[in-house]
Amino acid sequence: MNARLKAPDWRAVGWQGAVVLATAALFAWFAHNLSVNLAARGMEIDFGFLARRAGFDIPFRLVDWDGSYSYGWALYVSGVNTLFASALIIVLASALGLLLALMRLSGNPLAAGTSRSIVEVVRNTPQLVQIVFFYIAVLQVLPPMRQSITWFGTMFLNVRGLYLPSPSGTLYDAILGSTVVLVVLGALFWRRLGWQQVPRLVVLPPLLVLGAVVAGFTAAWDYPSLKGFNFTGGLRVPPELLALVLGIGIYTSVFIAENIRAAIEGIHSGQAEAARSLGLTSNQSMFLVILPQALRILIPPLTSQYLNIIKSTTLGAAIAYPEVLQIFARTVLNQSGRAVEVMTLVLGVFLVVNLLTSAAMNYWNRRLALQGR
Amino acid sequence: MKALTRQPLLRAPLLRALFGTPGNAVISLLMLGAFALALPPLFRWMIGDAVWEAPNRAACLAAGSGACWAFIRARFALFFYGLYPEPERWRVEIGLLLLVVVGTGALFARRGRVWWLLVLLTALPMTCGVLLAGGVFGLKPVPTPQWGGLMLNVVISFVALGGAIPLGIALAFGRRSRYPVIRILSVVMIEFWRGVPLLTVLFMGLILLPLFLPHGVTVDNLVRALVVMTLFTGAYMAETIRGGLQGVPNGQAEAATALGMHHAQVQLLIVLPQALRLSIPGIINIAVDLFKDTTLVSIVGLFDLMGVVNQSMKDPAWLGLAAEGYTFAAIMFFFACLIISLGGSLLERRFGVGQRR
Repeated sequence: MNARLKAPDWRAVGWQGAVVLATAALFAWFAHNLSVNLAARGMEIDFGFLARRAGFDIPFRLVDWDGSYSYGWALYVSGVNTLFASALIIVLASALGLLLALMRLSGNPLAAGTSRSIVEVVRNTPQLVQIVFFYIAVLQVLPPMRQSITWFGTMFLNVRGLYLPSPSGTLYDAILGSTVVLVVLGALFWRRLGWQQVPRLVVLPPLLVLGAVVAGFTAAWDYPSLKGFNFTGGLRVPPELLALVLGIGIYTSVFIAENIRAAIEGIHSGQAEAARSLGLTSNQSMFLVILPQALRILIPPLTSQYLNIIKSTTLGAAIAYPEVLQIFARTVLNQSGRAVEVMTLVLGVFLVVNLLTSAAMNYWNRRLALQGR
Repeated sequence: MKALTRQPLLRAPLLRALFGTPGNAVISLLMLGAFALALPPLFRWMIGDAVWEAPNRAACLAAGSGACWAFIRARFALFFYGLYPEPERWRVEIGLLLLVVVGTGALFARRGRVWWLLVLLTALPMTCGVLLAGGVFGLKPVPTPQWGGLMLNVVISFVALGGAIPLGIALAFGRRSRYPVIRILSVVMIEFWRGVPLLTVLFMGLILLPLFLPHGVTVDNLVRALVVMTLFTGAYMAETIRGGLQGVPNGQAEAATALGMHHAQVQLLIVLPQALRLSIPGIINIAVDLFKDTTLVSIVGLFDLMGVVNQSMKDPAWLGLAAEGYTFAAIMFFFACLIISLGGSLLERRFGVGQRR
């Protein structure tokens, strides 16, 4: 008996040992080649360059930056740019995707057909073509500063970008901040507060909009205005960011639309019929029966779409939007020549962001999946 | 209901669907308004006022206010072959012909479809590789920097897909292995490639791959892109095939074992073919995504269709015809992806999932 059990054990050890040896040999070979190649260039792996003065400009940034900051800080600045673009794209893609899905499910043949053809056209053309199309064929042929396209005398669109009025003020910050905190807390603890009868999907988004509007009325608005050859004041959205957000946002929205449609159609029609026969109105059955279950099906594909968005922001390198890949694998690499270190950092950043996001979404998914099952 | 059908306007089912309820009528009117705003200018630009024949951009502008398709016509060969030398272009055409013949065979053959598919994925790429690269059988060598245009997109996606399927099968089996070491290594490999963006990976191939090879060995830029595209696609392929493997009922493997088949025989002859059949839709999705993503190589300095379009707009005679160039590229990709999807659904139907009894 013992002897018979031992035989497969030895086989397991043999197979796994062989695989480990082969992998180790491959990596040892890589490491050896790497050290020879680096020695030939007179270099060694050293992340110390991160503390050195960068000395280049980053044209669009949300945090402090000038040439005197270090390479390490440049990683932070470009990382914030990547995440900022991702956040904008996620909002745009989700909203557009919901709109397209609603059009498709509306039962109106005109709306459904339009939605369907938009989805087919957009998802069968490369993302990069769409981004570059927006950048070069749409935003770069806009009029110059002085002939800006103007909306309401406060918003200007020209070849240098989109100029928007920017709000500020302590009361504005306080109202907006507390609304966001309130909505987030509400979303997290809705069930514990005992408000199941009122669906949070109906209450929270309008609350957020209401808070933003009230805050907007209390804010001091800084309007952009043309002084000499340039706009001063307000907020400038560079064309690179606009093109990236529009390109990836529209591209991803059609995939999200298909996911939403599949999720809602995936709920068995018996569910809706049962809800109606219990006397729920069609709105109640949608918000209390269909959507909560559809959301559960929707989360995994939606997660992978959001992760795709974060990864896709690297396409900003094609139009020089200063995100991690553009700043690091282009500018920093050219200046410092530290190929291994730079690529390790870039790959590491994306791996960490991806793993963290998917862990968070998995957690949310597990919370939702547990309910009522 | 009766009252509704008696109204003459709403007797037609289409009209009833469009204007039957107030809500629907509002949506329909909004949609029609949007069409009226968007479609006529689009039609005027693309067809109505478009210029089909002109020697350069200035002549185009003089002839009409629409799209300057003369630019596309002048650059047509470049968009398809890149800088591939003109006297050698018949080789590309023969390669395309072979692809069409074998592809049609794989889709429509009555018997031996598996063999057609194997030829499509192994013999054909090798033949085409020899044909395109040259250097043997008296064919003039054509260095890869001269490869370009849509041909390059097809070459890259074909090689990457052909390499990714065996790699994906190996990784999928590895991830299901009962040996923890093999399982962990497969998971790490798959999750690494799925966790990083393709463009970063292409940069990695461009910058790091030469460093990891013996000193003095130089690798062609195209080969670098091919290697990383294959590994990248292989990781996604592994997940799709793993899904397929999970979809094969346990009874199949148990029945095969009961018939006295060896473990490897069970997996390779019974489980894998059924799993691959189940994963056809996923593989087709990967193929479409891969084909679209081949445009990314233009950022790392290869001249695929996208790169050629980028370059052509800098030609002084046709300066700045971006809208036309990218619209053309989009149309080409749209139809190519459509062909892949249609072929895929045909393949799926031919292999008849769940219809064989």
